[in-house]
Amino acid sequence: MHIIENGNVAAALGVKLCRANVIAAYPITPQTPLTERLSEYVESGEMKAEYIPVESEHSALAVCIAASSAGARTFTATSANGLLYMHEQVQWASGARLPIVMCVVNRAVGAPWNVWNDQQDSISQRDTGWIQIYCSDHQQIIDTVIKAYWLAEKVSIPIMVCYDGYILSHTYMPFDLPDQEKVDAFLPPFKPEYALNPDQPANLNTVTLPDVRTDIHGELAHGYMEIRYLLQEDLRTTITAAAEAEKRFADIFGRVSDPHIEPYRCDDADFVAVGMGSLTYQLRVCVDALRNEGFRVGVMGVRYYRPFPDEAIAQAMKGKQGIIVFEKALSYGYEGALASDLKSALYEHLAGTGSLPAVQNFIAGIGGREIRTEDLTNTFRAALQSRISKEPLWIGLKL
Amino acid sequence: MGTRNYRRKTSHSEHGPGDGGRTGSWRVERPVLDQNLCTPCKRNKESCFICWLFCPEVVISRTIPPAFNLEYCKGCGICAEECPTKAITMVDEAKFSEEEKE
Amino acid sequence: MPKRNDPQTIANFKDIVMNKDFIEIRWHGRGGQGAITAAKIVAGAAFVSGYAGVVMAPTFGTERRGAPVMTSLKISKEKIYDLTPIETPDIVVVLDHLLLKEADVTHGLKQGGIIVLNTPMAHDTYNFKNYRLATADVTAISVEAGLPHGMVNTGIIGSLEKAMNLLGIEILIQGIEEEFRTRKPQNNSNAAKIAYERTITGE
Repeated sequence: MHIIENGNVAAALGVKLCRANVIAAYPITPQTPLTERLSEYVESGEMKAEYIPVESEHSALAVCIAASSAGARTFTATSANGLLYMHEQVQWASGARLPIVMCVVNRAVGAPWNVWNDQQDSISQRDTGWIQIYCSDHQQIIDTVIKAYWLAEKVSIPIMVCYDGYILSHTYMPFDLPDQEKVDAFLPPFKPEYALNPDQPANLNTVTLPDVRTDIHGELAHGYMEIRYLLQEDLRTTITAAAEAEKRFADIFGRVSDPHIEPYRCDDADFVAVGMGSLTYQLRVCVDALRNEGFRVGVMGVRYYRPFPDEAIAQAMKGKQGIIVFEKALSYGYEGALASDLKSALYEHLAGTGSLPAVQNFIAGIGGREIRTEDLTNTFRAALQSRISKEPLWIGLKL
Repeated sequence: MGTRNYRRKTSHSEHGPGDGGRTGSWRVERPVLDQNLCTPCKRNKESCFICWLFCPEVVISRTIPPAFNLEYCKGCGICAEECPTKAITMVDEAKFSEEEKE
Repeated sequence: MPKRNDPQTIANFKDIVMNKDFIEIRWHGRGGQGAITAAKIVAGAAFVSGYAGVVMAPTFGTERRGAPVMTSLKISKEKIYDLTPIETPDIVVVLDHLLLKEADVTHGLKQGGIIVLNTPMAHDTYNFKNYRLATADVTAISVEAGLPHGMVNTGIIGSLEKAMNLLGIEILIQGIEEEFRTRKPQNNSNAAKIAYERTITGE
């Protein structure tokens, strides 16, 4: 059944369908309507869940960590400085291997203060061991929330479902609302290997030593290094698990998509634009315009940013003349985060093969600076014709 | 012609009229003073001025009578709420003619 | 230069709007006035009428009651991938005539584009060269329909449909009654019906 709603409501409906039973969140623009809608569902009884009002984002995630450790399916959401405020807990949740799902409604970080969209908030958290998936429209938002719970609980790793603040969160468009029965078929109840309970007491996430130790059963238990390694190993195998989630979803809901990347007109393209989130859909309009002018171009959306699907990306880019990475965040002091990771993947898989595409990097939309489609097309066209700049070029700057 | 030569590299604003724009345009109601109820007006003496004290935008003057700077008054109604003699009433902007609005 | 009220010009424009697969409507209102709700109702009606692509994107400055707000509503036969604000609208809807002084409501409006204006003033007091104007005193109509003073967002939908003649008033009435099912649905749909009847398009 199709409905017309905004991105925040799409996310809230996804959480409701997944029967999350503990929600703890602190409001922050532009996430607030999401958490408000969830609190309404809980208040009305539509959702059988505990909604725990907390005084900060740090506490919100702390509550989710505790609840998830006790076996609850948990949810929180935040943006920008809220995400930064919970950073310590973000690191904790992944190290504790808890399948928390968190929506990050992408917003610029302070200072200076700014409530509009860019992706610096979630990008700045890319090293934390969370899975990160970027959504380009409302159908992806609701579907990804549903897939995320299945995947998180399968691999025991928390997931950030990211979508652009205002551009998606507050914009209305039609999407299919999945049936509850189908979601129940897709997503069984959460059954963790261990959940805190008084009959089987345990200390979780205790001090670990640099070296391994012997536990009370006489078995050799992991040291810190092993635990951290296993997080990394499981993140890398998530690349395969993501494909499994996609297949399972397609079988039940009938909607198919490539789990890692979303290519458009890339097969015969000489140049490919790459981006994450709603920008990739806007780039489709640019691609169509440039194709009409005779340029062979395409655009590829990166959906899974962590784990980084290096092989899928490199294989898709093999033989291309050039790649133009457009992004709404960067690793300050160097260049766009996606551009760096992409170059690294190309180098890893294509160096020495004779097919190493040139890469250019453009930064756009920082702090919600409007990205006019015409300007985007002009930049894309210019980049096809020559290397514009070695340093990442910021589009729409008014210096 | 851009901002390259701006004096700072941070976001730094100073108070002054108009930094938030012509906020008088935000109004849907404006404060109207009845001088017959206004204490400083009746006494012809500097007194009360609670409206001046409470106005969050400093658009009321400490004068007899107090005057409202309609260029910036947002119509929040706090002055009317706080006035101890109810000398201020909030009146729908629509009631004022086009000429008065200019 | 064809006259503003030249029926030939207007008839031509109506044909142009009717045949378009992609229509851009920009709404100008004030925070709290319900422009977003009105645009959402029109979006819903368009969707069920076969426009697979509808996008309604509010433009946010610092939000507060009474501040000018703008919403972009794009209607298309195909899915819409460009969510940026409308630059060259086919139609602008102005919920409050006082906004004419505060916002450049006709900015980018296409030649021959439609302005739908809630105003107590007569249609012929305005002189918008190059555009087609539709007016109604939606404020008064809404009160007549039993709504509180200033709740113009459902009435204006009737005016819009009279001007653009795109979706049919019935589907919009249904949308209004559905959206307002717990909040005086009849009064709201009546406001739209009366506005639809009384909107003057200069024909």
